[in-house]
Amino acid sequence: MAFKGTIVIDKQRCKGCSVCIENCPNKCISLSKGVNSKGYRYAELSSDGCIGCASCAIVCPDSVISVYRVKI
Amino acid sequence: MEISDMIKPENLVYGKPALLTDNVMHYCPGCSHGTVHKLIAEVIEDMGIQDKTIGISPVGCSVFAYNYIDIDWQEAAHGRAPALATATKRLCPDKYVFTYQGDGDLASIGTAEIIHACSRGENIVVIFINNGIYGMTGGQMAPTTLLGMKTSTTPYGRDAKLNGFPLKITEMLAALDGTAYISRQSVHTAAAARKAKNAIRKGFEYSSKGVGLSFIEIVSTCNSGWKLSPVEANKWMVEHMFAKYPVGDIKDVLK
Ligand SMILES: Cc1ncc(C[n+]2csc(CCOP(=O)(O)OP(=O)(O)O)c2C)c(N)n1
Ligand code: SF4
Ligand code: SF4
Ligand code: SF4
Ligand SMILES: [Mg+2]
Repeated sequence: MAFKGTIVIDKQRCKGCSVCIENCPNKCISLSKGVNSKGYRYAELSSDGCIGCASCAIVCPDSVISVYRVKI
Repeated sequence: MEISDMIKPENLVYGKPALLTDNVMHYCPGCSHGTVHKLIAEVIEDMGIQDKTIGISPVGCSVFAYNYIDIDWQEAAHGRAPALATATKRLCPDKYVFTYQGDGDLASIGTAEIIHACSRGENIVVIFINNGIYGMTGGQMAPTTLLGMKTSTTPYGRDAKLNGFPLKITEMLAALDGTAYISRQSVHTAAAARKAKNAIRKGFEYSSKGVGLSFIEIVSTCNSGWKLSPVEANKWMVEHMFAKYPVGDIKDVLK
């Protein structure tokens, strides 16, 4: 069974630490070009390879990632 | 399927636990403290013990832990969390009581309190954040600082002749009869964080069985104190900290 997923990042609360980027098995996340209101470059979903595994969200110290997943 | 069609409540598989408050954490970007807070919140939520849990926060970067997990808390003087937890648990034996302490707090100024709480076999849980440094006060050497590791008070690296050896306090505490479950974990990957969560849950379960003290060390990073990026700090931890502080269960009296 295959899954397709997506994530929603609260970009104003993201601190750009990049721990999520390092933990994504499919390298779907990257840092934004611009900055949020705190001056941090924030994490963004940058490819459509997300499988909704939640690895990024589990390691996010600020718990700003929500993960959605559907069976396909 | 379009992304917008996926973002629906019924498809949500992981999000911030409800027990974490909406306060923005004061921790530096990538600090392990935030991840451990989340795991504790998840365990309390999963066990449905929000109204039965009392946390004791330390002095150190996690001094404000009480702002982030929506349970009852007390704030202890530096190193005294195990003493406060002892009183709390003895006065309220039906509550789950845990301390949350850094390595400076637990293994330096609070050495006496943790040793005797373990020796007495208090039915509490201790979460020990070992980042090998005094994070809050500007990155001074801690008892747990590795040999050769540079800190603001060991600018040329920790030297055994001058500064003594790193203290493996977790193994010391395992030798005491009053400890029931002792484990060392980390939270740098999703797999590691899941194991750490299981260990924390076991600690909470044991504390209600009256079998003694449960102690979960989390080998952590202080990327600011270590002067590395958060991702580099995690790599440095795996390469250097794990050699001295290997992860896994150390003691389990019910096994
Ligand atoms: C009685 C007393 N002595 C010293 C201090 C200064 N002080 C504050 S936090 C700290 C060490 C914190 O290190 P650690 O417990 O490892 O926590 P971290 O910040 O690394 O998470 C010290 C020495 C204090 N607040 N009170
Ligand atoms: S782990 Fe969290 S805070 Fe860090 S960059 Fe990713 S989303 Fe932002
Ligand atoms: S849910 Fe998994 S696949 Fe999707 S972005 Fe996060 S880590 Fe990557
Ligand atoms: S100083 Fe270190 S321990 Fe304290 S919040 Fe920053 S990274 Fe975390
Ligand atoms: Mg410390």
